[in-house]
Amino acid sequence: MSHNHAIDRRNLDWYIDKAVQVLVFIGGISAVVFIVGIFLFITKEGIGFLINTLDLQEFFGSPYWEPSDEDAPEYGILALMAGTASVTGLAMLIAIPFSLGSAIYVAEFATGKTREWLKILIELLAAIPSVVWGFIGLTIMNPLIIELFDVPVGLTVLNAGIILGLMAAPIMTSIAEDALKAVPDRYREAAEALGATRWQIIFKTVLPAAKNGLLGAVLLGVGRGFGETMAVLMATGHAVNIPGSVFDSVRALTATIAAELGETAVGSDHYQVLFTIGLFLFLITFLINLTADLIVRGIRNS
Amino acid sequence: MNITTKEKPVELAIQARQLNLWYGTFQALFEVDLNIKKGMITSLIGPSGCGKSTFLRSINRINERLGYVRISGRVEVFDQDIYAPEVELIQLRKQVGMVFQRPNPLPTSIRENVLFGHKLHNSKSGSRAEQDEIVESALQQVLLWDKVKDRLHHKATKLSLEEQQKLCIARLLPVKPGVLLMDEPCSALDPKGTEAVEELIWELRGKYSILIVTHNMAQARRASEECIFMLMGKVVEHSLTSQMFVTPAQQETADYIEGRYG
Repeated sequence: MSHNHAIDRRNLDWYIDKAVQVLVFIGGISAVVFIVGIFLFITKEGIGFLINTLDLQEFFGSPYWEPSDEDAPEYGILALMAGTASVTGLAMLIAIPFSLGSAIYVAEFATGKTREWLKILIELLAAIPSVVWGFIGLTIMNPLIIELFDVPVGLTVLNAGIILGLMAAPIMTSIAEDALKAVPDRYREAAEALGATRWQIIFKTVLPAAKNGLLGAVLLGVGRGFGETMAVLMATGHAVNIPGSVFDSVRALTATIAAELGETAVGSDHYQVLFTIGLFLFLITFLINLTADLIVRGIRNS
Repeated sequence: MNITTKEKPVELAIQARQLNLWYGTFQALFEVDLNIKKGMITSLIGPSGCGKSTFLRSINRINERLGYVRISGRVEVFDQDIYAPEVELIQLRKQVGMVFQRPNPLPTSIRENVLFGHKLHNSKSGSRAEQDEIVESALQQVLLWDKVKDRLHHKATKLSLEEQQKLCIARLLPVKPGVLLMDEPCSALDPKGTEAVEELIWELRGKYSILIVTHNMAQARRASEECIFMLMGKVVEHSLTSQMFVTPAQQETADYIEGRYG
């Protein structure tokens, strides 16, 4: 019987393999668990307001945000939405040309070391904490805007838009560059052999072929803009206001939550309405990111 | 001799004189001297790495995409030195069209593919009717018109490989090139597609001077009038196709076409 090895023997390797499988599975589904958990938590905290107090018309239609007024609190987020939208819009006006330009340079023109260095720097730029950007908005941009444009306040849509644009640009550049790199080289070669100049190759061949990925990059930038809190809180001036120009102070949805949540009584209407705003933001950024993801995925598959 | 020959002197499409080419420090072409006749189909054969594609790609200077290519010697296309400093690559590539090994239609519509070169080289791209005419005539010439005339706005990349390759030939024609370079144009196609594209190339002879690189000796034999055999970056033999395959002048040629290496 000495030659008869048991073929059903389980040794240490077998147990390690099983353990790793379980761990990896838990890691894999944890993202889903957390997303669902967060969603449920936000909904639970805000649900009371959603059901009892929420007046949709007032919520989305009124520019008056006075949740701490004891007699007649008002819960209109129109001005806050206008604040978020104006800052994000301006940020995109700044970030799109910047990030497209640098993505085109990195992907199509830069070679060798220059390219590698630029990519590292862009990644580094994306890693700057948002409070640092807010600080720049507060201490550098603010006096600069007051000086340059001769306005009383420098904490405005302009300030926050520039800050947010610079913040969103690196990640948009990275994704746009991936999209350009994904364009097969044979398209460039074909266009070049037909007599296209460098510019024509990029403009008529590479950009159209990469348009989905580029759109995805822009959408992710928009998502970033909507969700950004700290820098926007510090650079907008945090005044409830529907802006008439870029020199007006505004307040963003995210900044409102950040600034007010700590001062509310848990379970109060004010507390709950902030969670309702959170839910609203969650849904919007979720939709934007999902769309971006689907678009980017679309190019990979085709 | 006093007799004046009735034949007019042979016109040349491409002349290479003492052409050497290096990729970095690697020399890929050695003293290549070739006269390629106008209006004929000339095939370039030889084992992998013999420099046939390199030579082809130095005629529209697409080689230079690589950035580390250096040449010495001279290449003339219709008696113009294409490596002269004043040469505009854009004009050269208008004159010398190229078909690649793998069909490479652009990811736009069939119609836009045909008009791509035309629009590049004409700042006024013409009225809709003129464009329609250009598209129809180019697609007619490559025997594709009847198949695709009802779906000109479909994506070119959805066509079969054979149709894609024909389209890639069609889109060269609107800018009226004199020379067509083809780098193994059938190697990605199935036998039926190969036959169809070969037939098309045969149809185009006379109108264009065609230089075709092929791995496939049977193809060179079927589809070309003159044949060049290259080995290790050098031209070994250049003669009429019919002659080369029956009575090769060099031992290396004979060995290659009999399949002793390559």
